[in-house]
Amino acid sequence: MSEQIICRNAALGYEDGIVTEGLNFTVSSGDYLCILGENGSGKSTLIKALLGLKPQVSGEIKWCGDFSARDIGYLPQQTPVQRDFPASVKEIVLSGCLSKMGFRPFYRAAEKKLALDTMKQLGIEALENRCYRELSGGQQQRVLLARALCAASKMLLLDEPVTGLDPHAQTELYELVAKLNRSGISIIMVSHDISSAVKYASHILHISKKQLFFGATADYLGSSAGRKFLESEDKRDE
Amino acid sequence: MNELISTLQYYFSFPFVRYALIVVLLIALCSSLLGVSLVLKRFSFLGDGLSHVAFGAMAVAAVTGITNRMIIILPVTVLSAVLLLRTGQNAKIKGDASIAVISVGALAVGYMLMNLFPVSSNISADVCGSLFGSTSILTLDKSDVWLCFIMSLIVLAAFVLFYNKIFSVTFDESFSKATGINSDGYNLMIAVITAVIIVIAMNLVGSLLISALIIFPALSAMRLFKSFKSVTICSAVISVICAGSGIIMSLIFSTPVGATIVAADLAVFLLFSAVSSVMFRKR
Repeated sequence: MSEQIICRNAALGYEDGIVTEGLNFTVSSGDYLCILGENGSGKSTLIKALLGLKPQVSGEIKWCGDFSARDIGYLPQQTPVQRDFPASVKEIVLSGCLSKMGFRPFYRAAEKKLALDTMKQLGIEALENRCYRELSGGQQQRVLLARALCAASKMLLLDEPVTGLDPHAQTELYELVAKLNRSGISIIMVSHDISSAVKYASHILHISKKQLFFGATADYLGSSAGRKFLESEDKRDE
Repeated sequence: MNELISTLQYYFSFPFVRYALIVVLLIALCSSLLGVSLVLKRFSFLGDGLSHVAFGAMAVAAVTGITNRMIIILPVTVLSAVLLLRTGQNAKIKGDASIAVISVGALAVGYMLMNLFPVSSNISADVCGSLFGSTSILTLDKSDVWLCFIMSLIVLAAFVLFYNKIFSVTFDESFSKATGINSDGYNLMIAVITAVIIVIAMNLVGSLLISALIIFPALSAMRLFKSFKSVTICSAVISVICAGSGIIMSLIFSTPVGATIVAADLAVFLLFSAVSSVMFRKR
């Protein structure tokens, strides 16, 4: 269990204000970390910081050893642009390989094989030549997952991946992510869905304007932050 | 039929007609390639806005009496392209509104300047010429053709070399950024190339119709094709065919070149839309 990301007392935000602060957590290889928080609690800022796109205001975020921000495969939220985008599944998955190619303009056989293998791994090789916009929501997420895996194979960062999926597709996606996690890929998932978070994740990071909780999932259920959040979720469901 | 062919042969015996054809085909090719990306990025109106800026800049250039108007038009248009993309990202005035502001503003200022400081006696013909394309496409000399040829080659080379990156940035900017692709840089490149194409194309179809050259082929291709590569290729083919047939028809029926080409693009768009609605109705 080697550490991949260490975050010490980090504060994140913009020049004119801190969004969230007091962040202290570690992600080790094989972890399944779920980041919980209300809207506006700084989740998306934290994602940018983890990806190395936005430096912290103070404190430290460290990618350990030979692990770097580029080793994180990212699954962003879907944008309206993508919903009617004419692109085949193969084209999208292949585009995950681009980051490794530098200025080389075209794909080689190695990249095509990687894309094909990843599609097989996620069970979407039959969709290879289908058009992205005609797929179901769950299939689209698998395609984006395959692209993320082509870009990086050590860690996946998923931003609200089940938004807009029907319950069945949600379960399927959670199971798939859990399977990838068992095969040794670390997972960081940003989520609203607390019941699935405590079911699948090994660690929970709960943030608001500051860090409310970080630790193992079992401890979270007993903590005051966890109980409050669970209660409020239950109320909302009723 | 024979008469028609001999008419065409007669026209094409003039070098300036052949130059015009080459230039038209090259511009049509370049604009359609870029169009795919611009339409998908929801920047359809970038072309429209920039062409009005180019019109305004041309009015300024005409008033100052500079012989080589490109010196003013090209930098101003490229600068506006960069500014429009910047404001699109973090703006008090949002993307579409800022394009509207710049485009209408430039159009008004340009028209005003042309009226205040008339360079020729026939202002409305001048304005009409720069908005809808003039016969100046038939008065291109060799250096114009070379300039256009070189610019088109640069655009084509950039597009082919960066094709995969352009795809990635167009499809998903946040993912591209996260994997270390310089998406701001590629957006900038797209904007600059668009500006260059618009300035070159202004002589051809005029500033009002340029966005048609950029948008129509891409939209038509998207009706029928489903992968980025096939859409791009189809868009290029449509655009070249429409431009070629447009210019030939304009010679035969002596209609305005720019408007005829756009009408051809429009016809193809309607045709493709009809075909796609028949083909995909059952879903």
